[in-house]
Amino acid sequence: MIHKGKVVGFVCKFCALLNFDLGPAPEAAIHIEVVELPCAGRIDSRAVLTAFEHGADAVFVMGCPTHECMNINGSRRAEQRLLRVWEILGSVGLNRNRLVFYPVSGTEGPHLSQIARELEERVVQLGPNPLRLRRQGKELQEQ
Amino acid sequence: MIIAEQKPLAEIAESVQDVAKVLVVGCGGCVTVCLSGGENEAEVLASALRIKRGIDGIAGEVGQVTVERQCDPEYVAKLDTAVDGIDAVVSLACGVGVQFLAERYSKTVVVPAQNTKFAGGTVEHGVWEERCGLCGECVLAATGGICPIIRCSKSLLNGPCGGSAQGYCEVGKDIPCAWVMIYERLKKLGREASLCEIAAVKDWSKSRDGGPRKIVREDLRL
Repeated sequence: MIHKGKVVGFVCKFCALLNFDLGPAPEAAIHIEVVELPCAGRIDSRAVLTAFEHGADAVFVMGCPTHECMNINGSRRAEQRLLRVWEILGSVGLNRNRLVFYPVSGTEGPHLSQIARELEERVVQLGPNPLRLRRQGKELQEQ
Repeated sequence: MIIAEQKPLAEIAESVQDVAKVLVVGCGGCVTVCLSGGENEAEVLASALRIKRGIDGIAGEVGQVTVERQCDPEYVAKLDTAVDGIDAVVSLACGVGVQFLAERYSKTVVVPAQNTKFAGGTVEHGVWEERCGLCGECVLAATGGICPIIRCSKSLLNGPCGGSAQGYCEVGKDIPCAWVMIYERLKKLGREASLCEIAAVKDWSKSRDGGPRKIVREDLRL
């Protein structure tokens, strides 16, 4: 059975989001749900945890490369804010590698395809979200 | 304000692992300002607990709600409906709020999600420092507005001690010597001569040595 990984991306509208017009590599066996952010620095730990709670196998945050950030410190702050979420993921039993930060410029379309492949590899390596697996198992048992 | 720091998630999760219905209660007071126990943190904690309990296979529900302050009975009373049918309440308030909840909901398990640390303030975003020792008899008028009770590691009233070097305390290289600060502040005010007066022995019965403290204002009672 081919697993279609579910990935949620929080993407800064000033840079990385521009690349999404090109879309990820068509052969990538993941489904990416994009959430637009006014700035990567606006990332909220509640939103990231909610994505995992709803079954995401991986979550990524995309901001500008640090030296290109339209809000000067937004990208740097986004990575700082994620420190707490990485810590929480480790505590709840989700591999912290399921959450990743990518600095991506607005002119890096091909880079996005590369990232999509990297995410696919990541999801294959980490396996499905254990919370979703458990829920699915429970549903099957109930049927 | 009261500064608190969240307990490790594993400890919080363990304290409610044997119950099904959990309610995380945030507090809109001090812990909201110090970003450890307000509405946002209540949502994050509830979400983290749901994920952990889901992965661990613990059946039940984890909800969350935030009240204006957990240290006021009239605000705590607003939780009556939410707490009804709940097996355990996880309080994100300081130790005061936890106890007010435990007093009102005597048949419900109430556990703290925070370690209450100190009375202090925000010195920069994400950094809080202790400023008041809650000693019950303020001496700041004599010390240039710098508290020797809490900012001097030994709470000396006639400092500094021999452990003061280059303006710092021997306890830690990042701890400024309170008595150096006091001297410099009084010097700026032209009042350093006041340091020649020996401070009297402090009456610690007004602090914790006198047992649990209580203030009654008859003019305000209903």
